[in-house]
Amino acid sequence: MSETKKTDTAAKAAVPEQASAPDEREVLLKVENLTKHFPIKKGILRRQVGAVKAVDGIDFEVRKGETLGVVGESGCGKSTMGRVITRLQDPTGGKISFEGQDITRLSTGEMRPLRRDIQMIFQDPYGSLNPRHTIGSIVSAPFRLQGVEPEGGVKKEVQRLLELVGLSPEHYNRYPHEFSGGQRQRIGIARALALKPKLVVADEPVSALDVSIQAQVVNLMDDLQEELGLTYVIIAHDLSVVRHVSDRIAVMYLGKIVELADRNALYEAPMHPYTKALMSAVPVPDTTRRGQKSERILLRGDVPSPIAPPSGCRFHTRCWKATEICRTTEPQLVELKPGQRVACHHPENFADQAPQDTVLLSAAKEASELVPDTVLSGGSQDGTGSEADSRSEAESEAKSEAATGTSAEPEQEQEQEPGSKTEAVAESEAAPEPEAGSEGASDKEQASAAEESGSGAGSASGPEAEAAEPASSPEAAGDPEPVSGSDDAPKSPKPKGE
Amino acid sequence: MTELSKTETGDEATAKAPSAFLEVRDLKVHFPTDDGIVKSVDGLSFSVEKGKTLAIVGESGSGKSVTSLAVMGLHRLGARGKNVRMSGEIWLNGKELVGASPDEVRRLRGREMAMIFQDPLSAMHPYYKVGDQIVEAYRVHHKVSKKEARKRAVEMLDRVGIPEPAKRVDGYPHEFSGGMRQRAMIAMALVNNPELLIADEPTTALDVTVQAQILDLIRDLQKEFGSAVIMITHDLGVVAEIADDVLVMYGGRCVERGTATEVFEKPQHPYTWGLLGSMPRIDRETSERLTPVKGQPPSLINVPSGCAFHPRCPYADIPADNVSRTVRPELELVGAGHWSACHLSAEDRERIWTEEIAPKL
Amino acid sequence: MISYILRRTFAAVILLLVVTAVTFAIFFLLPRLVGQSADQLAQQYIGKSPSKADIVAVKHNLGLDQPLYIQYWHFIKGIVAGADYNLGPTTVHCDVPCFGYSFKDHVEVWPQLTSRIPITLSLALGAAVLWLLSGVAVGVVSALKPRSLFDRTFMGVALAGVSLPMFFTGNLAILLFTYKWPIFGRTYVPFTENPAQWANTLFPAWCSLALLYSAIYARLTRSGMLETMNEDFIRTARSKGLPERTVVVRHGLRAALTPIITVFGMDLGLLLGGAVITEYVFSLPGVGQYAVQGITDNDLPKILGVTLLAAVFVVIANLLVDVLYAAADPRVRLS
Repeated sequence: MSETKKTDTAAKAAVPEQASAPDEREVLLKVENLTKHFPIKKGILRRQVGAVKAVDGIDFEVRKGETLGVVGESGCGKSTMGRVITRLQDPTGGKISFEGQDITRLSTGEMRPLRRDIQMIFQDPYGSLNPRHTIGSIVSAPFRLQGVEPEGGVKKEVQRLLELVGLSPEHYNRYPHEFSGGQRQRIGIARALALKPKLVVADEPVSALDVSIQAQVVNLMDDLQEELGLTYVIIAHDLSVVRHVSDRIAVMYLGKIVELADRNALYEAPMHPYTKALMSAVPVPDTTRRGQKSERILLRGDVPSPIAPPSGCRFHTRCWKATEICRTTEPQLVELKPGQRVACHHPENFADQAPQDTVLLSAAKEASELVPDTVLSGGSQDGTGSEADSRSEAESEAKSEAATGTSAEPEQEQEQEPGSKTEAVAESEAAPEPEAGSEGASDKEQASAAEESGSGAGSASGPEAEAAEPASSPEAAGDPEPVSGSDDAPKSPKPKGE
Repeated sequence: MTELSKTETGDEATAKAPSAFLEVRDLKVHFPTDDGIVKSVDGLSFSVEKGKTLAIVGESGSGKSVTSLAVMGLHRLGARGKNVRMSGEIWLNGKELVGASPDEVRRLRGREMAMIFQDPLSAMHPYYKVGDQIVEAYRVHHKVSKKEARKRAVEMLDRVGIPEPAKRVDGYPHEFSGGMRQRAMIAMALVNNPELLIADEPTTALDVTVQAQILDLIRDLQKEFGSAVIMITHDLGVVAEIADDVLVMYGGRCVERGTATEVFEKPQHPYTWGLLGSMPRIDRETSERLTPVKGQPPSLINVPSGCAFHPRCPYADIPADNVSRTVRPELELVGAGHWSACHLSAEDRERIWTEEIAPKL
Repeated sequence: MISYILRRTFAAVILLLVVTAVTFAIFFLLPRLVGQSADQLAQQYIGKSPSKADIVAVKHNLGLDQPLYIQYWHFIKGIVAGADYNLGPTTVHCDVPCFGYSFKDHVEVWPQLTSRIPITLSLALGAAVLWLLSGVAVGVVSALKPRSLFDRTFMGVALAGVSLPMFFTGNLAILLFTYKWPIFGRTYVPFTENPAQWANTLFPAWCSLALLYSAIYARLTRSGMLETMNEDFIRTARSKGLPERTVVVRHGLRAALTPIITVFGMDLGLLLGGAVITEYVFSLPGVGQYAVQGITDNDLPKILGVTLLAAVFVVIANLLVDVLYAAADPRVRLS
């Protein structure tokens, strides 16, 4: 399988990063090529006919004291990932190491001592607390289960914990139903922290809470991290929350990590088109930005089924930049910039990884209708005339600013007015070539090739565009299949979550 | 919104039909329970014109959903509806609904006013085909054959962007994805071309990318049909995106109301400030800390005296004579088409907003 | 869907095999385990003070001297292929399906059973229709007006219905309606002969049986409806402007009834296996009465036959319920 190969590259990519990153901290949790498949059984004999590939080969590591945010849409496998790395579910394949110890195949009994170090906080503050138990017994359960006698006795310790999470110690004898959602989530946190864990995996810790309460809990988790030196893996669908709490962020799509980067790098210059689309879709509480629909990227349809994920790059069915290579070859998660790993053939804000491949898939052309011109011209878009400038800029920045690892181009991108496309083109012509390396040359070639082929996807006009892409344009004209195909995908039988 | 200033100051008889398309005056919805009277909505007034969108913002238990159910006449039905106490007026297109007979309201429901809900999976009947559910909605109000109604259903599914509508019309809700289900819900709500669409957290259960699609769709359809939309949500981002007017609810009452631009750029109520401060924002530099509203949402049985927000308000002590705790503030005009119910003086509000709140957002 | 039905049928067959094995074990293995010898077993089939030779002959004829698995094999073979019983002077052929041969009455069990099934069927089906209609109707009305006078009254009646035993209500019904005021007939007449007379005789039995069950169904329906009417899709149905009756029946009841189908199928299957007490009280010569007769006579093949028949009914009812459920709830069809 290709995953083994992938592990190698990812591992290689990870090594130089660890060597070069300035604030190198000890790796607490390391996940290599992790997979979790849920079998689907069918027919009279209940033979396995397929699998829901909830997590399908992911690599990352969590360093001590940091917060790793994991975002993605529902069904991308982020929650499964959380349950697998805490070994609440058994992985199908891959390796999980905690503090250097391989915990992938540890039995329940062998895991027990480690349960002290790895704790989980759940989304539902109503469902995760036993209504028949008092708060005291809920929070002290970890002590009982682990047979730990804290200093000064269990009760005193529990009361200290309750105080720590902002509850009153008098709540010791109350029952969960007497508390509001936010308070219950605090109880859940107190329970998770009872044994002073090293790693806390929080699955949507605030998404069931009201906005004002959400902020209280976010701040609390923040304070606790500082106070207790906790390491968090926070799984959430809310990009604003994840951005607020995380140091690094992994973006998941259909069981894969498509981008893994430092918080600022990711939000300022997302490289994966999916990340970009995801971020642009977040509504912002600012009316002055209304009407500027120009920045929003609408994705067509829904996430395809994880039972039969698309070939090659899994995002290619909805991506406006997808070319043939995206359909055939799966992009590896490689470190393009220090601290920013991306799995994409045609990343945004960076040099194209497959510049020879310029012909857009028909699905991509349809998708690009929903993508604002600013994005098409601002990003390094294949098939549009202006890509050369952003690409060369991105590249020069990547090279010149490699040391700092930050880039200034998002500003450039945001400043661009919808009407500035022509300017951008002009700039691209005037822009000096960054370096006369082989890459630059191929870039140039590709840029000119793209210019020759007309502004095909961008303006969708001109006979040249059609001439240049004989294979795909008739399809695009006559057949709406590709998009509806992806819409249909979720129709296929839903797996029984077992 | 201008008519409202009159109604609120009370210098005009309220029994007259208003000129606004939908006008709610002093609506109260109380539910007596064993523990006391739950004052879910306690004196709420607002209006919506056709083609406009009003967003009602608030946390769970603020009364925003009860308001929408009251407009639809839905809270009166079912087991719980027997002991609801309701007063005030709801004028829809010149007809008063609070005093109207249940059957009159039923006839309007679905035809002149329609509603879409938060969770499209549980909001659709699991046993019936999506198409049949739309057909049913159409045939209650139109005397047409099943075949014609089905044609209409396919047409609506197509209109809301469901691919292969002729095929999907025979699908069951569970065979649709979340986004597609919400589209189908919208198709069902709009099948009779209602003039008022109430959307109760229509995107909360959806992913951001799908949320963007749905908001876009609602906006487009509104433009096309010119209907009035009430959007109930807790997400200020969604509000900023779609609303013309905003109404912020707290403890069953309106604490601030105004045009979206006014409310977002010059919010006047400490609760609105709190909401804005609680939200991590993707469009700003990340601040170190969020500024949450302290404490818990109020009980609707024992609503705090005076200003219901005073136990959580950091500025409750600024107004003199302890007035925040004793006197309930009424809505006052604080800007062009902008009302707020707060005891803080205009100068104090201006100062706090510009000096303390705005820089932290 | 077809695969689903096939799978369930397959499972049902397996289940029946298990049931036969267990039944067989209970009647032929357990006596041995508690120390009865094959001789003692054989002795039961002969009159008083049998001779040694008789015992040996019967033992041999019945195959009691063979290993257990062979006995079981013969038993299964008899069901699907028929069997011959060599009773010394005569050889009795037992037709397919051979459920055994009563050695007390010297008749095959199966024809006895089949002649009694219509009676039990009449009783069970008639009562089922009654209790389903009354139970669901009362449950729905109670659910729509919870804590109303109607609700409280009928839930009280329901509680009484569950608590009162059949031999009380049944005997009371007989006393009042067939003796004191002879409205109803006393002897069973097959439906094919005289439907009016058939219904007339069975009516008190139906009512007594239905009272017992409808009480349970009323409570089931009530709680199911209370839950369903709070569902979001009911709110949606109302928001479409549907008349309340349509909302209740087409949207509410449809969803609330589905779990009731399951219980109903099970109950009906159980009843078909013999409504023992009811048949006894009303002197109906049905399957249940046959079972009682078998037990009093210690006639193992009879008991075995009834047990198997009951198991078959329950398994079939279960299968039907599963299929019905899949038909009613489209979500089930997938898995």
